[in-house]
Amino acid sequence: MTILIDENTRVIVQGMSGRIGKFHAEDMIKHGTNVVGGVTPGRGGETVLDRPIFNTVKEAVEAVGAEASLVFVPPPGAADAIMEAAEAGLKFAVCVTDGIPSQDMMRVKRFLRRFPAARKMRFIGPNCAGIISPGKGFMGIMPPAIYLPGRVGIVGRSGTLGYEAASQMKALGIGVSTSVGIGGDPINGSSFRDILELFENDPDTDAVMMIGEIGGPQEAEAAAYARDHMSKPVVAYIAGLSAPKGRKMGHAGAIISAFGESAQEKVEILSAAGITVAPTPSAMGETIARVLGVRQAA
Amino acid sequence: MDIHEHQAKDLLKRFGMPVPDGGIAFAPEQAMHEARKLGFPVVVKAQVHAGGRGAAGGVKLCQSEAEVSAFASSLLGRNLMTKQTDANGKPVHRLLVEQATDIGKELYLGLVLDRKSERIMIVASREGGMEIEDLAEEQPDALIRMVIDPAVGLAPFQSRELAFKLGMAGAQVAQFATILRACYRAFRDQDATMVEINPLVITGSGDLVALDAKMSFDTNALFRRPEVAALRDPGQEDPREDAAAEHGLSYVGLEGDIGCIINGAGLAMATMDMIQLAGGQPANFLDIGGGASAERVVAAFRTVLSDPNVSVILVNIFAGINRCDWVAAGVVQAYRELNLSLPVVVRLAGTNVEEGRRIITQSGLPLLSADTLAEAAATAVAARPRMAA
Repeated sequence: MTILIDENTRVIVQGMSGRIGKFHAEDMIKHGTNVVGGVTPGRGGETVLDRPIFNTVKEAVEAVGAEASLVFVPPPGAADAIMEAAEAGLKFAVCVTDGIPSQDMMRVKRFLRRFPAARKMRFIGPNCAGIISPGKGFMGIMPPAIYLPGRVGIVGRSGTLGYEAASQMKALGIGVSTSVGIGGDPINGSSFRDILELFENDPDTDAVMMIGEIGGPQEAEAAAYARDHMSKPVVAYIAGLSAPKGRKMGHAGAIISAFGESAQEKVEILSAAGITVAPTPSAMGETIARVLGVRQAA
Repeated sequence: MDIHEHQAKDLLKRFGMPVPDGGIAFAPEQAMHEARKLGFPVVVKAQVHAGGRGAAGGVKLCQSEAEVSAFASSLLGRNLMTKQTDANGKPVHRLLVEQATDIGKELYLGLVLDRKSERIMIVASREGGMEIEDLAEEQPDALIRMVIDPAVGLAPFQSRELAFKLGMAGAQVAQFATILRACYRAFRDQDATMVEINPLVITGSGDLVALDAKMSFDTNALFRRPEVAALRDPGQEDPREDAAAEHGLSYVGLEGDIGCIINGAGLAMATMDMIQLAGGQPANFLDIGGGASAERVVAAFRTVLSDPNVSVILVNIFAGINRCDWVAAGVVQAYRELNLSLPVVVRLAGTNVEEGRRIITQSGLPLLSADTLAEAAATAVAARPRMAA
C-alpha cells in the first residue's frame, strides 16, 4: 500500500496557476498522480491542465473531494496556505517552498496541534523535494524515472542526495516503496522519527534508508525510536563530515550549533542504536543491499 | 544574519531594555567627543561580528581622552582576531563608547529558537560573562531553560519564576520581567533567531543593565523586516559569499584546494565528504540551486575561482528540476570564457543526462568525466597538481 500517497489519493496543488506549480502538476499527472484540481485565491472558476481551480481549499474539498495538497506558494504566504489546508480537513500536505521564516513554521506546528488526532493533517516539508511512491504517484519536484518500484523506504532531508540514494539502489536492482523528503529547514512538519513509524507499520516496506545531515536533534530521536520500536532494518547516512562548526551549509537547518549535531556525533549515536551507517555517500546502495541480503556482484 | 552590539542595544532599548548610555564612533576624534559627553571613566568596545573581544584586546576601560584616542587609533582600520574568528580576524570600523558600569554580579540571559521543542527557549544562568558553550559543558546544571508557547506568549509567571531562580529580590524581579519581555518582543517582532545578554549585570546599587547584547536574525524573514535588513554590515561578511548570493548561489569558503560546484545542499555536503574520504580537501561548499542556467553555472565558476587555493574543480549535478544540458553548456561556456587551464571533473546524472554528456564530449575541451559520485571524487583528488616532493 506504500505510505501517504498511492494512485488513488485525490491531490490538489495550491498555487497551480503559477508557472512552477503548473509545470510540476503537469509532470505529476503524466506519471499517474490523481490530481483533481488546484487552489489559487482569486482564480476560482478557471481551468488549468483541464482541472478546476478553486478560491479556497474548503471549496476544493467540497467539489472534488481533495484529500492531499502540494503547496507551491511563495514564502510570504506559504505558512498561511498550509494552515488553510489543515483547517479544510485535508489528511496530508507537502510544501516544497524554500525560504519560509522559522517563526511562521513555529506557528504552523502550534496550529496543527489544535486538531484531534483523527483529523489532524500530516504535514511534510517545507524546503523539500516532496514524496513519491514509484509507479503510483508523486507530490513534488523529483525526477520519477530514477526510482524503481520496490520495498525499501527512503527518508531524507536533502532532495538531490535522496536522488543519489535511489539511483544507487536502482543500479543494484533495489526498488523503493515510498521516498519522503522531510526538508532542510530547522522546523519541519514531519521528523525522521514520524516517517520511520509510518514505514514500520507499512506492510509493503521491508527496510528503510535514512539520509540525515548536520544540525538539529532529529537523527538522535530517530535512532532511539528505531532501537526501541522497529523490527525493520534501518540504514543511515549522515552528510557533512567535512562541514565546519557554526557555518550554515545551504539548508537553513544544516548548521552545527550544539553538542551531538555534528556528522561524527550523529554517526556514533546511530551506530550505538544498532543502525547500520553507510561509510560513504557512494555506498548507500550497497549498504542497503548488504542489509537486505540480496547483494549482487558489484 | 548578525548585527553589531550597538545595533542590538539600540533595538532592544526600544523594547524597554536598560542599557548603559553610549555613542558610536567611526574615528578617534568622534570617540573622544562621545567620551567627553559621557564623562570618565568610559569603556571603548570594538564592534565586530564575533565574541571573545575582551580577551582579544578589543575592549578597554579608559580614564582620559588621551587614552580613548590612543586606543581608538590602535583599533580602527585594523582586523581584530578573536577565538571566534578565523586567522584573518574581522575588520574594526566602528567603536562603541559607553559609560562604565559598576558591576556587582554578572548573569547570563539568552533566547534561542529551540529545534527540539520548536519554540522560543529562554536559557539563563547565575554564571554570566563566560561563553554559553563553555558554560553548557562545564556547568550544565547551572543552565535554566524555559520554553514560550507561541499561542500565549511570554507569561508573567515565567518571568517571576526565572527571576527568583536567578536569585533576585525586591524591585529586581519587576526589572527582570521588563528585560525578559524586551528580549521576547524584540525576538518575536523582528524575526530573530537569537538574543543574548551576556552579561546581564546587577550593578553595585542593585539595578539590572544589559552590559553586552548580541542578536541574530532569520534571513528567510528579511523580506518583511526592512529595518533589520538595513542593519547588515557587509564588511563583516565574506565578500565571496555575498557575490555568490547575488547570483542565487549558496557558497561557504573552506580551507582545501578542490573547488566544488554542486546542486542541492545535501549532495554538496556528501560530495565534500567523498572528497575527504578519497584523501583530498574541499575548498568550498557551493549549491547552484534549482533551475540553474548556463549563466549561473559560469557565475559559480567565477566564485569558486576567486579562492586562490583552488587547483581542481569538481562539478557534481544530480538534476531534478535542473537540466544536465543547461549545466553542461554552462561548464563549456565557463571553461572558454575564463580561459581555464586547471583540471575540471564533471559528473552529471538525472534529467537530460545524455544531452549533457554529449555537450561535454563534443566540446573538445579536456574535461574529465565521471559516472558516479565515488569516481568523481577519486578523479578530482588524482587530478590535483603534484606538490613538490
